[in-house]
Amino acid sequence: MAKKKSESSVSTVPSPASSRAAGVAPSHTDLLRQMLLIRRFEERCAEAYALGKIGGFCHLYIGQEAVGVGAISALRADDYVISSYRDHGQALARGIPPRTIMAELFGRVDGCSKGKGGSMHLFDRNINFLGGHGIVGGHIPLATGVGFAIKYRGGDQVCLCFFGEAAVNNGAFHEALNMAALWKLPVIYLIENNRYGMGTALERASAINDIAERACSYDMPNEVVDGQDVLAVRDAVLRATQRARGEHTPTLLEVRTYRFMGHSMSDAASGTYRTKEELEEYMKRDPIIVLRTTMEKNGEWSDTAMTALDEELKAVAQDAWDFADASAEPAVEALTEDVYVW
Amino acid sequence: MPVVTYRDALNQALQEEMQRDDRVFLMGEEVGVYQGAYKVSKGLLQEFGEMRVVDTPITELGFAGVGVGAAMVGLRPIIEFMTWNFALLAMDQVVNSAAKMLYMSGGQFNIPIVFRGPNGAALQLSAQHSQAWESWLAHIPGLKVVAPGTPYDAKGLLKSAVRDDNPVIVLEGEMLYNTKGEVPAEEYLIPIGKAALKREGEHCSIITHGKMILVALQAADQLTKEGIRVDVLDLLSLRPMDVEAITASVRKTNRAVVLEEGWEIGGIGAQVVDYIQRECFDDLDAPIVRVHQVDVPMPYAKNLERAAKPDVPKTIAAVKKVMYLDQ
Repeated sequence: MAKKKSESSVSTVPSPASSRAAGVAPSHTDLLRQMLLIRRFEERCAEAYALGKIGGFCHLYIGQEAVGVGAISALRADDYVISSYRDHGQALARGIPPRTIMAELFGRVDGCSKGKGGSMHLFDRNINFLGGHGIVGGHIPLATGVGFAIKYRGGDQVCLCFFGEAAVNNGAFHEALNMAALWKLPVIYLIENNRYGMGTALERASAINDIAERACSYDMPNEVVDGQDVLAVRDAVLRATQRARGEHTPTLLEVRTYRFMGHSMSDAASGTYRTKEELEEYMKRDPIIVLRTTMEKNGEWSDTAMTALDEELKAVAQDAWDFADASAEPAVEALTEDVYVW
Repeated sequence: MPVVTYRDALNQALQEEMQRDDRVFLMGEEVGVYQGAYKVSKGLLQEFGEMRVVDTPITELGFAGVGVGAAMVGLRPIIEFMTWNFALLAMDQVVNSAAKMLYMSGGQFNIPIVFRGPNGAALQLSAQHSQAWESWLAHIPGLKVVAPGTPYDAKGLLKSAVRDDNPVIVLEGEMLYNTKGEVPAEEYLIPIGKAALKREGEHCSIITHGKMILVALQAADQLTKEGIRVDVLDLLSLRPMDVEAITASVRKTNRAVVLEEGWEIGGIGAQVVDYIQRECFDDLDAPIVRVHQVDVPMPYAKNLERAAKPDVPKTIAAVKKVMYLDQ
């Protein structure tokens, strides 16, 4: 483990929001940095979970980093992001500081939800991150409502909504997509198809396997996207944002990816519902390796620079851990606060 | 003072609040072109247009969630359920999204939303259309719940609900929409969390809410003829509940009947009884009696439905029981 860096060097990690605000397309190195940050951060989450510093449910994003990073890199700072319970990666990509995410996971007062939400409920009002939500499919209508509010006010933002492929069998998904298409709302519904709803394979849960076709029921534009290729994800979401901003047309994206870990920290990565061989096959298309290959072809790769970057991001993860560990538990008085606004 | 129907009182509240604040919009089944399944939204589409008076598909879970999402980013939705029976489909959004968002976001996202519609039984609508859900809703921290039984209370509480920065449940009643009462021409609000003493007496307290206030007042009238004078306390708000008003009344009368439309087990009345035993244990001269729907799904046949519902004779009998006049 790299030794802890000083605060000043950690704070120089550019936030994704700042590069978006400047209107600059992220470089391949920026995208790699964000994916690697998620990877290194979540490796520490797994460690913290094993040590009992993180409790409850903890769903890791490792393997799916290109989806959150690519999609969110296509957004503007004033757009909205809403997600399911597997939300660490999107929260980091959107720019919630690693420190406050780790503090939330540790159940501490400096957490982004003051220690009251935990892994599944990361929120940050300042950057329009509308949460991690814990009921499968339950937040999809909320995204439609955000789209409704954008149209109501005559804005040109979009709402990007992440959910897993298992949610497409849920009534909330269909109700939400129907209204978005009917009312022409600027929402991008992004299915992270990681092939398994907990331990149930897509083919055992959905009557059709090409689930992007679900959009046909609502005459909604849709695409199947390679979710291990961060650039492909970014491009697809950019196209969807153009439809949303220009024509207020929603889009359904089926982004095909794979999680390299178990459904949550309480199950093995393979052995029951999927084989080790299958997992190893998918790991050959690790999103970080896929981008690395592109960068090597483009002459953008330097082992020295990448080693330095990796060390830097390990230090960021260590800094987040140290910050969370030093943060106080919420005061007991906080128990009854935030039930109502008065 | 003008006399208006409960329906028109609600309509006035909606119109005034939508005129006052352009973030307020009404969404639900048949609220626009049809002018409201019970005509509560009559004329609003014509005045405010289809962006602010939104007809939805029959999709309670979906449009309740649309309301919560819109509230997260600054609008103030009023979500109409054609009845609360149908709102069961939306309960995930009411409970898991609206009620909990502020807490699980550490205070960042409050949800200023109103969920409203008729609650409880009408006439011969049978099992699936005749249910009073207030104890389910009042159970949930993060929600406020009001149940007005008169036009005056309906208007004042709905206006307060729209202005509240929290999710507020407004429980109306099909059988109330045509009832009439005095409603001031000038603007007024009724604070959420305050009960109203609708009749004063010294022999017993009848504590109730919603459309049962009409039953309680009729019972009180008949009891007066027999020389029994009762307090009729209309809770108006079920969460938060006005424990002080309950306590003050029972300390005066020393006897209580708790009347509600819903079922017995886990009902609102159970909570009222708990407050009384905590606060007024030494003041009681008799065990408290509850009046509620018989513990069965609502039947269709007219005679069976009548037998299932709480009514004036059952309420009078309960008062006499707590006064030991039933021997």
